[in-house]
Amino acid sequence: MKYAGLFVMPAGFFLVIAAIVLFQNPAQRAAFVLCGLAVEGLGLGVAVRGHILPRGDSRP
Amino acid sequence: MMPTVPPVISDSLFVLTLVLLLVSPLSIAGVALINTGLGRSRSAAQALLGNLAIMAVASIIFAVFGAALAGCLSGSSSLVFHLAGKPWNGLGLGPLFLHNMSAASIQSQLVLVFEFFAVAFAALLPWGSGADRWRLFAGCAGAAVLAAIVFPLAAHWIWNGGWLSQLGVNFSLGIGFLDVGGAGCIHVLGGMSALVVIWITGPRRGKFPKEGFSTAMPGHNASYVLFGCFVSLVGWMAWNLAGAILWLNAPLATLPQCAINTLLSACTALAATFTVTEFRFGKPDASLCANGWMAGLVASSASAALVSPTVALFIGIVAGVLTPLLVEVLELALSIDDPSGAISVHAAAGLWGLLAAGMFAPQTGQFLAQLIGIATLLGVFLPLIYLLFWILNRFVPFRVDPDGERVGMDLHELGGGAYPEFVIHRDESYR
Repeated sequence: MKYAGLFVMPAGFFLVIAAIVLFQNPAQRAAFVLCGLAVEGLGLGVAVRGHILPRGDSRP
Repeated sequence: MMPTVPPVISDSLFVLTLVLLLVSPLSIAGVALINTGLGRSRSAAQALLGNLAIMAVASIIFAVFGAALAGCLSGSSSLVFHLAGKPWNGLGLGPLFLHNMSAASIQSQLVLVFEFFAVAFAALLPWGSGADRWRLFAGCAGAAVLAAIVFPLAAHWIWNGGWLSQLGVNFSLGIGFLDVGGAGCIHVLGGMSALVVIWITGPRRGKFPKEGFSTAMPGHNASYVLFGCFVSLVGWMAWNLAGAILWLNAPLATLPQCAINTLLSACTALAATFTVTEFRFGKPDASLCANGWMAGLVASSASAALVSPTVALFIGIVAGVLTPLLVEVLELALSIDDPSGAISVHAAAGLWGLLAAGMFAPQTGQFLAQLIGIATLLGVFLPLIYLLFWILNRFVPFRVDPDGERVGMDLHELGGGAYPEFVIHRDESYR
């Protein structure tokens, strides 16, 4: 889980690149860019969650 | 954002920009004081020496290697590829060792000075977050990686004619990604590096006990921290003004407003943090207020040259409210031990500043350009920094051994403390 989120984040970036390359319409571009950012947010969330310390005795 | 300096810069403008650039390292000095003050007394000398050493390493590596990839000197070639009929300028290919620098245009030499201080600043930010457990040698190695690969790539894309700066020309998105004072290229990069360092090194021993949420480990010198805020203000104003001249070709008449916007953003951020901490804890918290002040400065970096004073007030208020709340969430909910608050102060406030620049800039399409820039910082640079630091950690372990953490970084790494005549108390957490 630690690394999975970080692998997902570049996928969001490529979605953003695809948005500006594929679409001329500003609304479509904006929608795709927002989707890309959402994917990045998801990846960041997974990465952050993967790095949270477990509670209890297993803590250092 | 294209560098829009005029072909011939007047002597007076050259002198003004150079003086501003020479004052701007005061912001680095301020952050160094804050980093030191927010750490513990038994690591104070190592913290301050680390700030200096990181600045030295980052500058040397940037001179040898990084400036070539950043392509900041005029006449540098670039690696350009074509996609969908548009040129995508991806990497600078300038000469190593700043070869033939004096032949470059005078404007690009000023840009080089700006980027020298910028790389030192960006490399410095994670140091405070790794306080009390990040080894000095590893900190310098991390700075070298940032100065050799990460910062040059970002600087080329954002400042030196790279594809983000050309979003306006190629895709009619405002004037391209706008980052006049380095909110993205310095602060978001530095803040994300801080997050990676914290993930790799883990929290300070005893910070998150087996029972309960977290142990308070307050900084050892609030005076350093608050004085650092004053020093930073001077450097920040100079930085934002120099950026406005270099990247926006701002007329002289707009510079006073840029300085006032920087000040207003910091002041309202401080007032907002003061109010939030008063409300949350019953008394204003000195270190969080300092974080709020710095967050206001960071948020002003992207847009101080463009917005009205009213907007600068708003930008500061949002930064000042977000910062203490985010510090609390990161520590209590996400077990992120960030002594200097770099993630909240630099990464989060930097992102807010970039977003605000898009919201309030008058150009059509600027908001989308800012979103694309933010997506690039998060989607490319955070994973890249993680990968590079993860590899680096295999060869140069980041975290000090448990004995070093117990006796303090000063004794362990330097053989002597910052306050040799003081009695250093052991932590409760080590009992």
